[in-house]
Amino acid sequence: MSETLVRVENLCKYFPLTRGLFRRASLFVHAVDDINFTIKRGESLGLVGESGSGKTTTGKLLVRLLEPTSGRILMKVDGEEVDISTLKGESLKRFRRHVQMIFQDPYESLNPRFTVFDTVAEPLVVQGIGNVLEREERVAQMLALVGLTPPSSFLFRFPHELSGGQRQRVAIARALIIEPSFVVADEPTSMLDVSIRTGIMYLMLDLAERLGVTYLYITHDLAVARYMSSRLAVMYLGKIVEMGEMEEVLQKPLHPYTRALISAVPIPDPRYKRPIPEIKGAISEPINPPPTCRFLDRCLQAAKICQDSPHPPLEDKGGGHYVACYMV
Amino acid sequence: MAESILKIENFTMHYMTKAGEVSAVDNVSLEIRKGESLGLVGESGCGKTSLAISIMKLLPENAVIKGGHIYFDGTDLVPLSEDEMRRFRWRRISMIFQAAMNSLNPVYRVSDQIIEAMETHFGNIDYSEAREKVANLFRLVGLDPKFMDQYPHEYSGGMRQRAVIAMALACEPDLIIADEPTTALDVIVQDNILRELKALQEKLGTTMIYISHDIAVIAEVSHRIGIMYAGKLVELADAEEIFHHPIHPYTAGLMSAFPSIIGPKRELVTIPGEPPDLLNPPSGCRFHPRCQYATEICREKEPEFKDYGSGHMASCWNPLEG
Repeated sequence: MSETLVRVENLCKYFPLTRGLFRRASLFVHAVDDINFTIKRGESLGLVGESGSGKTTTGKLLVRLLEPTSGRILMKVDGEEVDISTLKGESLKRFRRHVQMIFQDPYESLNPRFTVFDTVAEPLVVQGIGNVLEREERVAQMLALVGLTPPSSFLFRFPHELSGGQRQRVAIARALIIEPSFVVADEPTSMLDVSIRTGIMYLMLDLAERLGVTYLYITHDLAVARYMSSRLAVMYLGKIVEMGEMEEVLQKPLHPYTRALISAVPIPDPRYKRPIPEIKGAISEPINPPPTCRFLDRCLQAAKICQDSPHPPLEDKGGGHYVACYMV
Repeated sequence: MAESILKIENFTMHYMTKAGEVSAVDNVSLEIRKGESLGLVGESGCGKTSLAISIMKLLPENAVIKGGHIYFDGTDLVPLSEDEMRRFRWRRISMIFQAAMNSLNPVYRVSDQIIEAMETHFGNIDYSEAREKVANLFRLVGLDPKFMDQYPHEYSGGMRQRAVIAMALACEPDLIIADEPTTALDVIVQDNILRELKALQEKLGTTMIYISHDIAVIAEVSHRIGIMYAGKLVELADAEEIFHHPIHPYTAGLMSAFPSIIGPKRELVTIPGEPPDLLNPPSGCRFHPRCQYATEICREKEPEFKDYGSGHMASCWNPLEG
């Protein structure tokens, strides 16, 4: 069993809804609300949910692009477990060598005035790694690794001269060039066409294996998550409602929300007749949510206990299959 | 067999750009029967939206129709003037766009926008009667009529898409073109909208053209499916037939590149390369540079779009055995 790389404990992120300049906020969006999970070294955890579920906020917290409201994020950095939410100055910069993020939109995440070389070499420059010649060699190696060959024909091109798939390859090269141990990938293939997407998916899996990268793979697409991750966590309004081994969760979903989500996924086979998802109403915003189960107003199974109790804890129902529901 | 409502014959359309002529839709022929639902699948830039806006004649100024015909209920739309086209557009052929927010005017109440759409086509109508009609349309698409006097920004994404569908139905069209109607929506809302559209089609007998890059969505709503690649219609067949016995290697590639959450987790196929630049499309078959079955003739000569039996059409020199 490999060691735990990331341990998230009671992580919360609330965004204040301020009205006016000096008024104090009394309303908060509970974007991430008391979540707990761990990721082992070398594994890939898929994080799925609808828009507004808090999955991107979780990703940004894990690479310290956002600071948590409360809770701890413990990560192994150079063999030492550190709480990254308290890092400052030099130790924060050292931490940044170990984590990277890949964004959804390859049209917006690359600086249009930077050549491919500038973009991919930038993390090396920021971290002060190597001299110009060494950087050039590493960038060329990295480009070859992400399938931009021959590298010499890509080094001095600008983003507008590249296709969407090529841009995402550049973004992946930039993220992996400092050999991070942990990468948050936020919908990296959702803007790409099907025939291009598979190539990027397999590239990311291949590089993870070769370079020993651990992923938090964020996506709204369960079918993509199935291929990119070995474990799955499902978020709903800031809470993780179910988590477990990928195939286990997909085949035997226990939480009513996961069941609805899975049955809403279109199947690429005209013969297959999908059941109607068992869910009512529409997703709301987690603004000062009531203390009860977040899914209560949309749940068809809700009983009295759900109305009278706080949001259910995420409990192991056997074999590492965690569910937060009183009715399971 | 129902009669045909739309017949596209050898239709070719180019965009004139500073860099040159983009061959967006090339020699496409296709027929749709009344009450049928046709899915058009392809990746960005394959010409599926260009074909749709050609049917609507909502083409940008730099678009030039190079040849072919689009017969709607017997009338060729291609030579029609803007004035003559008004008898068809929105009134008989309607379109649902992907970005619902952009199809609704933010400063008008949703009800007034729908009434305006009805007025331009039915002439002056009684206001309270029109409001009653809007309320009915709202019920039809699964929206509570109490929201009809709100503004678009007060709606959620799913509600906006429903409002746009209501607007598309306002003039009781014979044909609705839905261009990526659920692409920006979450899956549960998508499921809702797709079921709604399917139910409406069955109830009203409307003919539908669904356009999407998502073959799973298309699989669920279409009777027949057309696959477009680089401005060409490369295959056309009944939904089950095309999924289970594809003839064109591109179709087969697309099907096996698409992940599913059910069934065994099979290896996904990667189609090598990228779609071509339509400023300078490849010679012969436009798919040949990416095709593992390509032979000499594929590079030299364009394959004919022909019938492989019971209406299963494809254009390929080295067809797969289904």
